[in-house]
Amino acid sequence: MLIKLVEHIDLNEAYAYLHANEAGAVNLFVGTVRNHSKGKEVVRLDFEAYDAMAIRQMEHLAKQAFEKWSLVKLAIIHAVGAKDPGTPVVVIGVSSAHRDASFEACRYLIDELKKTVPIWKKEFYEDNSVWVNAHP
Amino acid sequence: MKILLFGITREITGQSRLTVPANAGITTVKALKVWLAQQYPAMQGLTSLAVAVDNEYAQDEDVLNPGHEIALIPPVSGG
Repeated sequence: MLIKLVEHIDLNEAYAYLHANEAGAVNLFVGTVRNHSKGKEVVRLDFEAYDAMAIRQMEHLAKQAFEKWSLVKLAIIHAVGAKDPGTPVVVIGVSSAHRDASFEACRYLIDELKKTVPIWKKEFYEDNSVWVNAHP
Repeated sequence: MKILLFGITREITGQSRLTVPANAGITTVKALKVWLAQQYPAMQGLTSLAVAVDNEYAQDEDVLNPGHEIALIPPVSGG
């Protein structure tokens, strides 16, 4: 599996890694910076990670996905640092013999990543900034 | 005992690494959370606050010792 934190996401790298002749399906989910949040214009996002723990937790999720579905290859790549609207910030990629497994695993991985992997984003608006999810 | 801080907890404390004095007598995750709430009331306003020990989420009753890598995990927002 390919699991890492990077400054810049390279979609081609993820796809090249996932390709396999025995896989009839490759699913790629790409999360990008949205230019608005709760009615306000977002001008930038800053991502911060607890690197060692983030990698460890992503490895746990990958292991769970391999146990739940019959997968060929799996990639989880998350960006850190300052990102402009439109920029890819996370890629989840899964290849499998048939499409059901890769669709389901891909969805599972991004949903769980958002719950457990220690990465934080700060949204910057024109007039202020907030750590997303920090307060009820 | 040293605690790694990220995101909003780093901003609340104004530092990326917090030292808990030995005389605070902290031995469990729960005790650390209580101590933090007293020292930094703003922590109580967070949606949640987890503690990680050696890169895994810890439970309130887990025992802490200075040899562990201990970190505060405020609500995550990756993806």
